[in-house]
Amino acid sequence: MNSIKKYLGAVWMLLGPAAIAFLIWQASLKLASPKATMDEWLQWCIIIFIFTPVAIGMVIFGWYAWNNEYNHIEDESES
Amino acid sequence: MSTETKGIWKVIGASSVGTLIEWYDFYIFGSLATIISEKFFPSANPTASFLATLATFAAGFIVRPFGALVFGRLGDIIGRKHTFLVTLVIMGLSTFLIGCIPSYENFHLAPAVVLVLRLLQGLALGGEYGGAATYVAEHSPEHRRGFYTSWIQTTATLGLFVSLAVIITTQKLLKPADFNDWGWRLPFLLSIVLVLVSVVIRMKMKESPLFSSLKAEGKTSVNPLKESFGHKLNLKMVLLALFGATMGQGVVWYTGQFYAQTFMLKTCNIESTQANTWIGIALLMATPFFVFFGWLSDKIGRKWIMLLGMLLAVICYRPIFNSMHSLSDMSNKKIIDENGKVNVTPNKKIAGDSIVTLTINDKFEDGSSRVTTTQYSKREHELNKLSTQVPAPYQPKVTKILTLADDYAWKFIALIFVLVLFVTMVYGPIAAFLVELFPTKIRYTSMSLPYHIGNGVFGGLVPFIGILIVELSKTDKNPVGHPLAGLWYPMGVAAVCFIIGAVYLSNKKPKHE
Repeated sequence: MNSIKKYLGAVWMLLGPAAIAFLIWQASLKLASPKATMDEWLQWCIIIFIFTPVAIGMVIFGWYAWNNEYNHIEDESES
Repeated sequence: MSTETKGIWKVIGASSVGTLIEWYDFYIFGSLATIISEKFFPSANPTASFLATLATFAAGFIVRPFGALVFGRLGDIIGRKHTFLVTLVIMGLSTFLIGCIPSYENFHLAPAVVLVLRLLQGLALGGEYGGAATYVAEHSPEHRRGFYTSWIQTTATLGLFVSLAVIITTQKLLKPADFNDWGWRLPFLLSIVLVLVSVVIRMKMKESPLFSSLKAEGKTSVNPLKESFGHKLNLKMVLLALFGATMGQGVVWYTGQFYAQTFMLKTCNIESTQANTWIGIALLMATPFFVFFGWLSDKIGRKWIMLLGMLLAVICYRPIFNSMHSLSDMSNKKIIDENGKVNVTPNKKIAGDSIVTLTINDKFEDGSSRVTTTQYSKREHELNKLSTQVPAPYQPKVTKILTLADDYAWKFIALIFVLVLFVTMVYGPIAAFLVELFPTKIRYTSMSLPYHIGNGVFGGLVPFIGILIVELSKTDKNPVGHPLAGLWYPMGVAAVCFIIGAVYLSNKKPKHE
């Protein structure tokens, strides 16, 4: 189980930047259109602004998992 | 009933009433989004106007994590009781003032003022929930925390129910024109009375016993923010709480309660009173399950109840929403009566122009009826007659309102009930789960942030991102987009959260020194 936790940590470290890259890609597709309005710019800016720190949190979470920080959760718990 | 048991019910009552009122205040803005958009966010394009309101709605959610930090810190330094009294007052006053603001026609700063008040609402909500959950949990015996805190969990759903009930009652008591003109303000104004009652009740309560003893021993935290997020030992639990529990819980909750409402109103075009009544009944029927799953979590642990709720949501969302869409699809049903009328009125904005309104009433063989209204400017219509590519602002505004036959009521109620049942599974045990994850001295701060990022950011943006994904699914072949495309966001988030929760979370209570 501990090795699953560790290797999934790498997935979480990649998922954070991948999610932000996907959002930026979608935003650029949408906003590149001449029909794009100020409302759409605002919406995408808000979404990217809000999800960036969350994605950084996901990378830190992955880093902790990779470094076996979550291996002893069961031992640190009581029934 | 022992004195101790009486005491805990008093604590639950005082905390729950205040939290319920805060949710009520927060929801009426969302439930009246369409009318607020008309009054405060004028726009030629109704979709843009609606999205502007949703953006404001999201802004309310986005500031929630900041409220969690501000009031969480206060709650860990000066105490739970005084902090959640302040949040209640801020929320009540903001809501009351939204009801007092003149519309944009008479007051051009109205959109900015409404936005500021909405942000204050979000800030207050960010501080309220953590305080109430911590306060109740710290009064409860450890082996019954899930059961007692689950009563706080019912307030979020009951708050929505009360907001819908007040709005529907106001709509029924007033003529549509009066409700549209001034009646929509009444639910906002009512808030001040509810908040005053709740403040009086809360003033009589004592501080949490665990916090009081910590304070008496001089062991309270000096810098809760640093201790919560600056120390690896606690930060890793905050991140685990967010990505392994609250992120999935947030999207399941907002999809079950709010996206379902938006879907029924905007995608299925169901008449608002009918849709809200069905949602209200389903909410009321499902509410006892918050307490049931809270109680069950004391017996078998919190983890698997919450994760099962997420898994079921991922599996069942598409069939459930697809059923709602199919039930309200009138394309295969026979029209037995059709009549229409044309109304031409002068355009107040352009001299010499007229507004043409074409209304078609359809009656279907199953007893359902549909009103389709097409409205356009005569001059713009003439100008664009020869053009094949009519720009969006000049396209006729078409609205459809579908009133389904009574036979459909229990089918819809059952579908919404199942959605809310998933909500009760993920949300019933979560307060006890979060409270137990963190030590008393930084509990308010540590549990509030992941809760409000999970619910505010991930959950609060479900309707907003859902609409955006539907927009992205539009193609030349399918100009209306795929009606279920918006579900990919909550399903994806809940699936990731399920995996993280299943692998990393423990089903036992963490030990604290």
